[in-house]
Amino acid sequence: MITLTDVQKDYSSSVQIGPVTTEIEAGGITALVGPNGAGKSTILTMIGRLLDLDSGQITVAGHDVVNTPSKAIARVLSVLRQENHFVTRLTVRQLVSFGRYPHSRGRLTLGDERYISEAIDFLNLTDLENRYLDQLSGGQRQRAYVAMVLAQQTDYVLLDEPLNNLDMQHAVQMMKQLRRAADELGRTIVIVLHDINFAAHYSDKILAMKNGKVVQHGTPAEMMQDHVLSEIFNTDVTVIDGPNGRLAVYY
Amino acid sequence: MFKTAEELPDPRHSGPLTDRKHRRAYIVAVALMVALSVSFTAGILLWNNPTEPFSDGWWLIVGMRRDSLLTICLVALCHAVATIAFQTAVNNRIITPGIMGFGSLYTLIQTGTVFLFGAAGVNALVGVGPFFAQTIAMMLLATLLYTWLLSGKFSNVHIMLLVGVVLGGTLGSLSNFMQRLLEPSTFDVLTARLFGNISNARTEYLPYAIPIALAVAVVFWLWAPRLNVMALGRTTAQNLGLNHNVELIKILALVSVLISLATALVGPMMFLGFLCAMLAYQFGDTYSHRLLFPLGVLAGYTVLSGSYFILRHVWDAGGAVTVIVELIGGVVFLYFILRKGRL
Ligand SMILES: Nc1ncnc2c1ncn2[C@@H]1O[C@H](COP(=O)(O)OP(=O)(O)OP(=O)(O)O)[C@@H](O)[C@H]1O
Ligand SMILES: [Mg+2]
Repeated sequence: MITLTDVQKDYSSSVQIGPVTTEIEAGGITALVGPNGAGKSTILTMIGRLLDLDSGQITVAGHDVVNTPSKAIARVLSVLRQENHFVTRLTVRQLVSFGRYPHSRGRLTLGDERYISEAIDFLNLTDLENRYLDQLSGGQRQRAYVAMVLAQQTDYVLLDEPLNNLDMQHAVQMMKQLRRAADELGRTIVIVLHDINFAAHYSDKILAMKNGKVVQHGTPAEMMQDHVLSEIFNTDVTVIDGPNGRLAVYY
Repeated sequence: MFKTAEELPDPRHSGPLTDRKHRRAYIVAVALMVALSVSFTAGILLWNNPTEPFSDGWWLIVGMRRDSLLTICLVALCHAVATIAFQTAVNNRIITPGIMGFGSLYTLIQTGTVFLFGAAGVNALVGVGPFFAQTIAMMLLATLLYTWLLSGKFSNVHIMLLVGVVLGGTLGSLSNFMQRLLEPSTFDVLTARLFGNISNARTEYLPYAIPIALAVAVVFWLWAPRLNVMALGRTTAQNLGLNHNVELIKILALVSVLISLATALVGPMMFLGFLCAMLAYQFGDTYSHRLLFPLGVLAGYTVLSGSYFILRHVWDAGGAVTVIVELIGGVVFLYFILRKGRL
């Protein structure tokens, strides 16, 4: 379980994120949605201890993310940011192999290699595994980073807009894979999504943020209602019945 | 025929050398540089020795030349390892400790000592105790200054480079200013100390400098897996369980030790490190520091010993080695920036 207690980040007197108090239950996928600048990345990176909190407390599976050694957290929680600095002279496989670092500390065993291969196959990168990162398209690179995070084999996985740059096929594939990781391996996945229909279809819970605060937290069924969505996204949204569940129409 | 292991397709692996071609290229690069280094070393030791081979005088000359070679070796080791580690820690393959003013800081410490203590200060510069004192002072100052500067405050390379150049310039003019206020005789002694060169290196430090440099190099070798992770950038390194700020401080502290050792021996060098690191990245084409470090050191040794051999034995201008190497390094630096058209 991830718990946030009065978590706050003050970028400036006008931009304040929080205080946020909420719980994200273990197991399953929680989608983090909200308009641009709502504070989704801020909250996610604070849970992933990449950003210091100004006040409050965050625990992941009982570990306080501020006080627990980074080394120990890296085996429980992995996090992928929205933008990644990329190193050119690294192949996809080499990048993914770094996901094993918290466990192997640089000495890859055969078991590590197996996890690496699995993560690569999981994201359909098998044919690309020996390509250098600078020879990939944006979406392929994005998938390589997600594969690295999955190779880390942590119970908690935080992903900030992993569907960025992905085409329809790969976006759907990635969501299905994450669903499988949650269902079969019992992972807890927190994912920032912009497409509310994706969020509704693939996640178990939706956490909506706006102006630095959590405004809604519930199941997709509870969230997929005209007034709730219109309120969150400041846009007129109509929810209709689609062939595979409810669909939000906003254009 | 049975297939030998060589012929079997590579199993899936994540090693730093991607395939056979890459491995061969790496080995060829190492072999080439080893061959060059060995010939230059033999050349420096044996060429133009006027005395009877194996006589006492012959051994004396060879012994003196051996000290020059040890100095070259040490300077190459210090600059190559320090620069590669530094560039990894700050995630930037343009700036180097030399360019960021580490050398100038060392000069300032030396000048400051003389300035504060006068003629007695000159004596305070020689000997083992002061040598260690200066190295430690340098380590503390450099770590403080550069941790503050480099811990993510300037994410922009241009600004970082500018800050480095300005800082180097400021420290340099501060030294200059103090030197002007010195008495001429003290000044003479100081300049003799500051502008060491390979023919006239301060070899009395070698017995201490070699073990320290080796110890630091061993630590970097052990840290290589961590450095590989640091190269992925701050957030990825943090995600993988490294405390980025702590690692940065540790690396900067050791880098400053290496740079002060090299500076104590032959004076500040700005572009040697850049040259070594560049060649290592070009020839190695790998992320692995265990592969990059040896290449960088070999490249540095080859360049320095080659220039020394040509200048000393062919043109009889051994003192100019550091100047020439700096010239080459500077030109490569400019070429690199101009070719890429950006930083
Ligand atoms: N380093 C920073 N300094 C100052 N303000 C910041 C900083 N990072 C983010 N902000 C501000 O904090 C607010 C929340 O930013 P955040 O990145 O968390 O939004 P987000 O919900 O992830 O948006 P998006 O959907 O565009 O990714 C924004 O108003 C942003 O301008
Ligand atoms: Mg964001």
